[in-house]
Amino acid sequence: MNGKITVKIIALSIWGLLLFSPFLFQDVRQIEVAARIAVFIVLVASYDLLIGYTGIVSFAHTMFFGFGAYGVAIAMKQGDSTWGYWMVGVLAGVLVSAIVAVLIGLLSLRVKAIFFAMITLAAASVALVLASQLSSFTGGEDGITYSVQSIFKPATKLLTDDEGKVLRIMDVRMNGKIAAYYFVFISCAVLFWAMLRIVASPLGTVLQAIRENEARAEGIGYRVVAYRTAVFVIAATAAALAGAVYATWLKYTGPDTTLSFAIMIDILLMVVIGGMGTMWGAVIGATLMVMAQYYLRDLMEVAANATEALPLLPDLLSPDRWLLWLGIIFILLVYFFPAGIAGTIIQRRAVK
Amino acid sequence: MTQASLSTRDLTIRFGGHTAVNAVTCDFRPGELTVIVGPNGAGKTTYFNMISGQLTPSEGTVTKDGIDLTRMPASTRARHGVGRAFQLTNLFPRLSVIENIRLAVQAQSGDGRRFFSPVSKLTELTSRAERYLAAAKLENKADLPAAALPHGDQRKLEVALLMAMEPDIYMFDEPTAGMSLDHTPDVLDLIAEIKHDHTKTVLLVEHKMDVVRALADRIIVLHNGELIADGDPTEVMSSQVVRDVYLGNAGEMA
Repeated sequence: MNGKITVKIIALSIWGLLLFSPFLFQDVRQIEVAARIAVFIVLVASYDLLIGYTGIVSFAHTMFFGFGAYGVAIAMKQGDSTWGYWMVGVLAGVLVSAIVAVLIGLLSLRVKAIFFAMITLAAASVALVLASQLSSFTGGEDGITYSVQSIFKPATKLLTDDEGKVLRIMDVRMNGKIAAYYFVFISCAVLFWAMLRIVASPLGTVLQAIRENEARAEGIGYRVVAYRTAVFVIAATAAALAGAVYATWLKYTGPDTTLSFAIMIDILLMVVIGGMGTMWGAVIGATLMVMAQYYLRDLMEVAANATEALPLLPDLLSPDRWLLWLGIIFILLVYFFPAGIAGTIIQRRAVK
Repeated sequence: MTQASLSTRDLTIRFGGHTAVNAVTCDFRPGELTVIVGPNGAGKTTYFNMISGQLTPSEGTVTKDGIDLTRMPASTRARHGVGRAFQLTNLFPRLSVIENIRLAVQAQSGDGRRFFSPVSKLTELTSRAERYLAAAKLENKADLPAAALPHGDQRKLEVALLMAMEPDIYMFDEPTAGMSLDHTPDVLDLIAEIKHDHTKTVLLVEHKMDVVRALADRIIVLHNGELIADGDPTEVMSSQVVRDVYLGNAGEMA
């Protein structure tokens, strides 16, 4: 079987599981994980447009994610929880992201990659400091809690049965929570599909050409700075939209959920684990990483209890040491899948 | 005589105190293949770089059909019809052969800005790319990454890329360098084909005398960055000044 097809089957199965997850895993925490995976797939895929396809290293991706999230959060907090204010918030977040991306792009995409990376790092630090300092506006370190559109409130009855109670399908309540989940799912699926279209288009090939041989791309007639700026704006817009969707889901926006460098590192790891320049790898990387963050501790607790009678092992497997094990898993993944999971599958099958 | 399509006027570039190309004034006409010769370090590639835009001259101008290209970036010159192939193979290594060619086609057609139509649906684009693929006799290698091709095929792809840009000015920098003898005719045939279309201007840097004899309509000689001879091939090659320049390399020129 062709490696590309294998990867697509894996990734589409994940999307399938996400589609049915409210029915498959009837638990608040599981839904939380599923929504986070969907949002991070978009975030990681948009970052892959930069680092994997075009060869641009940016550390400002969480900044754009944050612009989108804070746009919604501030609009909902200052205004009210209607679709009108939501739209204003999304548009503001996307617009600010696009403008900042154009400015950073035009001013600094002509410099060497390492300087560009430093400039994005500086911009992201400024955004983080601003978010915590302008507390009257952004809620500072505490962030902002707000209510969202009434259709997404858990008390909302989406469908009712004959008695006027919330209808249950397969034991799942058709309430606002379900509406919110499918809003997240559909938004993320559409954004991911749009990015697939972009990499399959003539522009997608130009981006890879710039990564492969910038001087020759310029030589055959592509204005490299313009293309780099364009993809930087596209990626920033996608990240901002992902942020807006996530803010709508969480009903809370703060530095730790959107702007922090810990999330930037997560995105980098997800891209590397999934496979740079594969787009589908984003689905695999985001899923594995989010699952590990949520379930590794539980798994270790089970393992620690199971090995209670043995010496040393329970200590090693104690849930407190989950970060150590996460690190070991990453090292093993990078060792056995040097081009990321999707990338390595494609390469190996191509060789055979 | 037809009007010049490409002209350089007093084209000069200095690197620190060293003048690599010094006040070269020359006209190139459509339908004419000009070979640029000169010993190593004469400034041939530097002269090329200033015409195609990899370097910006210190003084002088480059014009094409009356348009001043001197300060334009390479990408804009390419869109104005100045096409350049490189001495060292200069491709997109991890992209497939057909993708390499398609990149040149879509740069010329403006399709590179299309970001939402799958390539597979743009049949016009693909069929144009396939035409150049066939011209370079690389049909059965279309889906291989460029890096996987043998050196000779990479040189052919390099020429195909240039043809796919459909330029008015073709610039070749030692197109057969490092190629085995049985591959060389393929590339020379491609260049001869371009020459036979009498609307194209061809510039060629070449050392191999059999190639020069077979293709040249005119020869110019650069030495220490200066233009020292210009004219009919047999005339130039037999002139005293050229013999002096090449004294140490007499064997190579004979």
